[in-house]
Amino acid sequence: MPGVISRLYRGDIDIDFVGKRRLWYGLSAVLMVVSILGIVIHGLTLGVEFKGGSVIDFARTPGSSLEQVRESVRDIVGHDPIVQQAGPNWRITTQSLDGTEVSAVQKAVTQRFGVPQEQVSTQVIGASWGGEVSQKAWIGLAVFMIAIMLYLSVAFEWRMALAAIVALVHDLVITAGVYAWTGFEVTPATMLGFLTILGYSLYDAVVVFDMIKEVTAKLGTSAKMTYTQAANDALSHTLIRSLNTSLTAILPVAAILFVGTTLLGAGTLKDLSLALFVGMVVGTYSSLCVATPILVTLKEREPKWRALAKRVAARQASAAKAAAAAVRDDRTATAAVAAPQNVTITDTKRKKR
Amino acid sequence: MAPPTSSQSKPGRTLLALLALILAMGATVALQKAFVPKFGLDLAGGTTVTLTPVTLDGKAPPPESLDRAVNIIRARVNGTGISDAEVAKANDNIVIQIPGVGQSEALKLVSTTAELRMRQVLAVAPAKMQPQQMPIEAPTPDPGKSPSTMPSAVRTPSGAPSGGPGAAATTTPAGRALSSALLAAPTPSPATRTGHRSGAKTGAKSGARSGAGSDSGSEGGSADGAGAGTSPSPTPSPQPNDDDPLAGQDTSGIDPALLTEFREIDCTAKNRGQGAQDDPSKQIVACSDDGTARYILDKAAVQGTEISGASAGTDPTTGEWIVQVNFKSKGATLFADITRRITSLPAPRNQLANVLDGVVIVAPTIEEAIPGGSARISGSFNQVSATELADQLKYGALPLKFKQGSVESVSSTLGQDQLRGGLISGALGLLVVVFYLLLYYRGLGLIGMASLGCATIVTYLTVAVLSHNAGFRLSLPHIIGLVVSIGITADSFIVYFERVRDEIKEGHRTLRSAVEVAWRRARRTILVADAVMFIAAVVLYFLAVGGVAGFAFAMGLTTLIDIVVVFLFTKPLMTLAARLRFFAKGHRLSGLDEGRMGRTSPAEQTLQEA
Repeated sequence: MPGVISRLYRGDIDIDFVGKRRLWYGLSAVLMVVSILGIVIHGLTLGVEFKGGSVIDFARTPGSSLEQVRESVRDIVGHDPIVQQAGPNWRITTQSLDGTEVSAVQKAVTQRFGVPQEQVSTQVIGASWGGEVSQKAWIGLAVFMIAIMLYLSVAFEWRMALAAIVALVHDLVITAGVYAWTGFEVTPATMLGFLTILGYSLYDAVVVFDMIKEVTAKLGTSAKMTYTQAANDALSHTLIRSLNTSLTAILPVAAILFVGTTLLGAGTLKDLSLALFVGMVVGTYSSLCVATPILVTLKEREPKWRALAKRVAARQASAAKAAAAAVRDDRTATAAVAAPQNVTITDTKRKKR
Repeated sequence: MAPPTSSQSKPGRTLLALLALILAMGATVALQKAFVPKFGLDLAGGTTVTLTPVTLDGKAPPPESLDRAVNIIRARVNGTGISDAEVAKANDNIVIQIPGVGQSEALKLVSTTAELRMRQVLAVAPAKMQPQQMPIEAPTPDPGKSPSTMPSAVRTPSGAPSGGPGAAATTTPAGRALSSALLAAPTPSPATRTGHRSGAKTGAKSGARSGAGSDSGSEGGSADGAGAGTSPSPTPSPQPNDDDPLAGQDTSGIDPALLTEFREIDCTAKNRGQGAQDDPSKQIVACSDDGTARYILDKAAVQGTEISGASAGTDPTTGEWIVQVNFKSKGATLFADITRRITSLPAPRNQLANVLDGVVIVAPTIEEAIPGGSARISGSFNQVSATELADQLKYGALPLKFKQGSVESVSSTLGQDQLRGGLISGALGLLVVVFYLLLYYRGLGLIGMASLGCATIVTYLTVAVLSHNAGFRLSLPHIIGLVVSIGITADSFIVYFERVRDEIKEGHRTLRSAVEVAWRRARRTILVADAVMFIAAVVLYFLAVGGVAGFAFAMGLTTLIDIVVVFLFTKPLMTLAARLRFFAKGHRLSGLDEGRMGRTSPAEQTLQEA
């Protein structure tokens, strides 16, 4: 194990991300299916801001604290309500309540704070993030996707653009799935968390693609590597950077998530940091194990790279024979062919599939 | 060894430039005492008000108009989209929450209807008749076509109505003037004369009769003189009754009921019809918004819905604040028509009143037909009032009139524990990051730490400056977003460090040249990746509304800060560090030692290269 760490430390590792792409595709497919099932079956728990809800007002009695108020209605409404001071009153904003729930809340308030029941007013409030806000956000998102596709197609190529967008959708679906299964509330803060993931996921993929582009640009017709191998090389190359970056971004979020869930209980902090945490972990995974394999799958269909793959395979087959012969003849020559031999192994592995 | 590039030779200069930038922002913060950024609704609480729609029949307003009103109010209250205000429907009411306490002025502003209508002036008089009024003087010789004869009229908007009609004349218009943007004369005088032109009507089109007119278009309600056409109708000139504000004015084509109303209306009263909804298809009596004049106005010729855009600015020649209004195509035609039609009429019928929410804000004389689809409103504006009016016109009129309920201040929606928890845990997380960087990158980690520190300072200063000057409000998602963005800043220099190490690993380069070559490669990666973030931010900022737009703004901001820090701080610092023996010789703690680089010994390296 120390060997792995020190190799990681030196940036001297070679993991066959691309070669194992069926494994990743399978894993991602399962995760996506589970997420979509969760969204379909459980649905997302949308916050008051999206659906509208009820607002309860009553006079602030001396000595009543915000926590007490929140406490008194939490069990009735089944989630953490928003409690505010509004002028001389307490104002509680909750999910939409029906008649019996409203009277239950009124009773609870009367019992706890001694406010006459008829002085506890309730009102229905519409969604502050409903209608136009959501609609425009979706339009913005659609335009954004198109803009990113265009940009990446120009800066890189359309295959990379497609792979990056697939990885992005992958990240968002899985993050939404986690929300569906855990039942965490989706608030505006969560939505903003999703947006952050969106940027982060793309950013990560772009850094990886930039390296792939650089490495594969050197591949000519006489190259000794296939596109797949070159891409995998590039991945190994940026692995340290990917892990370090992810750690730097995830550590603070993990700390916030930890504090938000364990010390503070429910609240915006938890909703937001969960989205970020899940999104970033999935985003790191997807830029390595989803975006790049998809790119390679797309690229290897190109005639140019298919031809190269054939040539490399043929050359290495003969090189292997020669090497084998050389080993028989002269064992001291091993060092000279060490590198090509490595490549041959990965290549035959690929051919078996 | 690579030839030294310009950036390599002058890292000190770049660092100084950054220092100057930071100092300038720091000075701004210190001068404005803007040390603490302003927080959003969720962290600082704010002011809330409930707006109740007022309908004529007292019934609930149609839901579509309410929805439209919500959208318009949201546009107004958010303005640039970074203030984090919330607007929601509550039953048939609209609830607005603006971050920060004591925002009742702002709330009042957003709830005004802002219904703009342009109407031809049919008659005008000072606000209130004085009992001992002098007999109306002989008609002023000028036919209202020489606008600048009385410049004082423009400059004395608030003079109290005094006895003489001459004096009254100066007080009539609100002192604002509208003219074509192309028009040379910047301030055509309203040139309203109360006591002249008893009946000499010329050029009035005799088409639709305004009294019964059903056409609300530009032609409707044209000043159809009694005789129509060109025949001057000798309407009884100066009536013996001095109190009659209509004395000497051509009352032809005016609904008789309005004449009575006009005589009785008291425009000096506090409530003089502000916020009223005037029916665009009817003639009306209205007051000027400063309460100095009363008008009889024709049916609306152009309505605010025909405005495509409005902006505040200063007149290049006079330097006074104006509001530039652009019309949609139909509005442009209507505006050109009305100006062409009335320009040849005698005063006051050659004036075009701009009625905003039931009061006349300006009634300039139209000197010539104004084609081209844009007009400007000039006069006694200052920057605030001009911007305010432009915004109101730009975002459109509310389809409903609202009564403002009680204004309350509300506390934050989040407990203070959430903010504190977020900040403390975020800081702890960053601390862990710093330790990790130091452990992994050793000496380079110091440069990384310094870069993070620099990014934090620049971010803090930018947020402080923006929150005090551009209404930017920090909410909890923003703060968490900023923490995450610091991670992205870290990525930029991680990319760079890894490149530097690659260069050295690849062989025979000195650290100095490695730093430069690696920079050229890392720079591209950083720019391409940041461009993605920036596109995301820009698209969402301009297309989304409410909190999403605000967040996108913060996202774009941090992306820019990332670029600034990496280009102006990390890179020059690296260049400087490469000159130090500590780094250049690959000291064990520099993060660039050979053990780290995967070279076990220089000898082996040479062997492999051979």
